[in-house]
Amino acid sequence: MQAKTTILSLPTEEFVHPGTRACTGCGLAIAYRIGLKALGKDTMLIVPPSCLTVLQGLFPVASTKLPCLNVTFASTAAAATGILATLKTQGNQHTTVAAWAGDGGTSDIGLQALSGAAERGDNFIYFCYDNEGYMNTGVQRSGTTPIGAITANTPFKGKLQQKKDVPAIMAAHNLSYVAACSAAYPLDLHDKIIKCKDMPGTKYFHIHVPCPPGWGYDPRYGIKIGRLAVETGYYDLYEIVNGEFKLTAASEKLVEKRKLVPVREYFRAQSRFKILTDELITDIQNQIDEKWAGYYKQDE
Amino acid sequence: MHIIENGNVAAALGVKLCRAAVIAAYPITPQTPVTERLSEYVEAGEMKAEYIHVESEHSALAVCIAASSTGARTFTATSSNGLLYMHEQVQWAAGARLPIVMCVVNRAISAPWNVWNDQQDSISQRDTGWIQMYCADHQQIIDSVIKAYWLAEKVSIPIMVCYDGYILSHTYMPFDVPDQELVDTFLPPFQPDYALNPEEPANLNTVTLPDVRMDVNGKLAHGYMEIRYLLHEDLRKTPAVAADAEKRFAEIFGRGGDPYLEPYRCDDADYVAVGLGSITYQLRVSVDVLRKEGINVGVMGVRFYRPFPDTAIAKALKGKKGVIVFEKALSYGYEGALVSDLKSALYEHLAGTGHLPLVQNFIAGIGGREIRTDDLTQNFRAAIHSRIAKEPVWIGLKL
Amino acid sequence: MGTRNYRRKTSHSEHGPGDGGRTGSWRVERPVIDQSLCIPCKRNKEACFICWLFCPDVVISRTIPPKIDLEYCKGCGICAEECPTKAITMVDEAKFSDEEKDKE
Repeated sequence: MQAKTTILSLPTEEFVHPGTRACTGCGLAIAYRIGLKALGKDTMLIVPPSCLTVLQGLFPVASTKLPCLNVTFASTAAAATGILATLKTQGNQHTTVAAWAGDGGTSDIGLQALSGAAERGDNFIYFCYDNEGYMNTGVQRSGTTPIGAITANTPFKGKLQQKKDVPAIMAAHNLSYVAACSAAYPLDLHDKIIKCKDMPGTKYFHIHVPCPPGWGYDPRYGIKIGRLAVETGYYDLYEIVNGEFKLTAASEKLVEKRKLVPVREYFRAQSRFKILTDELITDIQNQIDEKWAGYYKQDE
Repeated sequence: MHIIENGNVAAALGVKLCRAAVIAAYPITPQTPVTERLSEYVEAGEMKAEYIHVESEHSALAVCIAASSTGARTFTATSSNGLLYMHEQVQWAAGARLPIVMCVVNRAISAPWNVWNDQQDSISQRDTGWIQMYCADHQQIIDSVIKAYWLAEKVSIPIMVCYDGYILSHTYMPFDVPDQELVDTFLPPFQPDYALNPEEPANLNTVTLPDVRMDVNGKLAHGYMEIRYLLHEDLRKTPAVAADAEKRFAEIFGRGGDPYLEPYRCDDADYVAVGLGSITYQLRVSVDVLRKEGINVGVMGVRFYRPFPDTAIAKALKGKKGVIVFEKALSYGYEGALVSDLKSALYEHLAGTGHLPLVQNFIAGIGGREIRTDDLTQNFRAAIHSRIAKEPVWIGLKL
Repeated sequence: MGTRNYRRKTSHSEHGPGDGGRTGSWRVERPVIDQSLCIPCKRNKEACFICWLFCPDVVISRTIPPKIDLEYCKGCGICAEECPTKAITMVDEAKFSDEEKDKE
């Protein structure tokens, strides 16, 4: 049984330099930084066009100390497959291959390649950092933008459709490991990466990352808002190990606590939700309550 | 070893002999037998390679790009819409300076759907910075694949080896399959200048700026414009390296000749037909017929289409009375692709010298429309007697 | 046989700090640590370090006391918000003299 990492036992080596072009208070920066600690030095990264491309630096300066291949938007997972293929021909079974893509690059344009790689069982870890929109290009809506959110191209009515459940889509590929994490719970993310490294096939991580300009909040509240998403039961931390679903960390504790913060508080904290009607909020609250009733029942 | 096989098998054998390490391809008619044969070699253990069953052509080239960046010799093949689908990656591979070799089994593009042969697919990629070689028979297919790996890895530019779908891919011809030992002598293992690895980390192909910028060592690094210029410059230098490849190939395998052109009865010809691929062999029949009628004609195949061998072409056609270009692709709304490039080369080198030939353009075989040799001969003859039209003439059109 | 020098012909970046320039110039307020409230400072041993954990820009050192790299600190305020003892406050940049700022 793997020991839980604490702040004090977290590896101190940093794999990112300061002075990146990431926005002030970027949630991705936190998830990425801690995620790389878990991945370690013997890792190759793949990154499509996204906020991370910018964070990683413009030519000729790189902010990450690990090897990284930038690729076209739709081909992240295929590139991971390609790197793996070469490593195999070189007899290298130890280097970790890790793809980091945004929600747009995963749930929309990148879904085909990701599904293909997962179906082939290609042995890499795929991280989708979900800031719930195409943030790098100025906050346009993506498949994982939540219903009601105002974005640059859903400016008055907000997104009309539900958030796409990408972890569920990936779980349907019979993967050995699927995880839902959050930048607000970096130690949970860290330990899940360590746990799954030696599991076979494609491993999928979905990381909720708060985004100050995209979501509309003062950057200092980034972690608080990430936490609220979990404490309201709106976004859950879990893992699916060989098909078996299990809540983890703060979400797991909520099952014991049996008390969720009203989701209205999560919406009130971000200006992108300012047009949510009371009716819609009630709808969403009901959906959350129903989901958690299911969790409570399973626990009994 | 001489065998009788189809063009697709010739290509697969070439790839096998070159010891490609990563193969990623998606099925599309008429390319499928190439990759099927390669999968047989891999599964039977005859070839030590990773064979990836990708879910699209875009991913096929994505896998090759990533694999090549990490240090493996890679291969893919496609046709028609498959090539169009991977166009974004085609541009990427050239800009990333990766020595990928891809066979394009020429097929008409859509809309509307058509699975038969013309050359619009690879021609539509002529500006991407890939080197393009066109084959007229099966020996050229297998030999070109082998030459392509050597050349690509020497100049670090990807290469398309193109051959006509069905006409070459599915027909049977005798050809020589070189010994593995000879190929190993000609083509040593792939040694890239840089392969992505954790010991020497780098960030590849990230965003470049319009202007130059300091790198982490305090040195001024190239901007996007310089990187793109260097691709162009290296392509301009490629014909000389291709000549080296041809020479080396001839030394080891005992066959070869002109790296760029394949002339037939051109030396004393007054009129020369020019084309890409198998149509040029068909035109040899027309040449023989017209020669018997007392007209001095010849036909010249262009083996190397990109970078365009303008100097060699101008030299070969200097002083000819007429050049008649027969081709299976065009720049829609204007004229054939080859004829445009050819006219530009002739003008560049021969304008004002008094040796500039007249040029006539014929478009044939679009969407696999049968090209009857009689039609070729008739149109060739007519073009000689009077320049038919300033516009390209479509042979075999049935409006 | 290999290709020579083509890495300088491609977009090939080596790693180093400050890709975004002196990102410290972005901030309008800076974090100031009150060591009398900071847990590792008070205990004089490794403890807490929540500010180090959550800093998006790797500008807080895991030391006693934690030190902030003002060259690159963007002033997001996450450290101040998350500090369990409110040892960090965000102070208006304007309050710091030009002289002090030049010394950094």
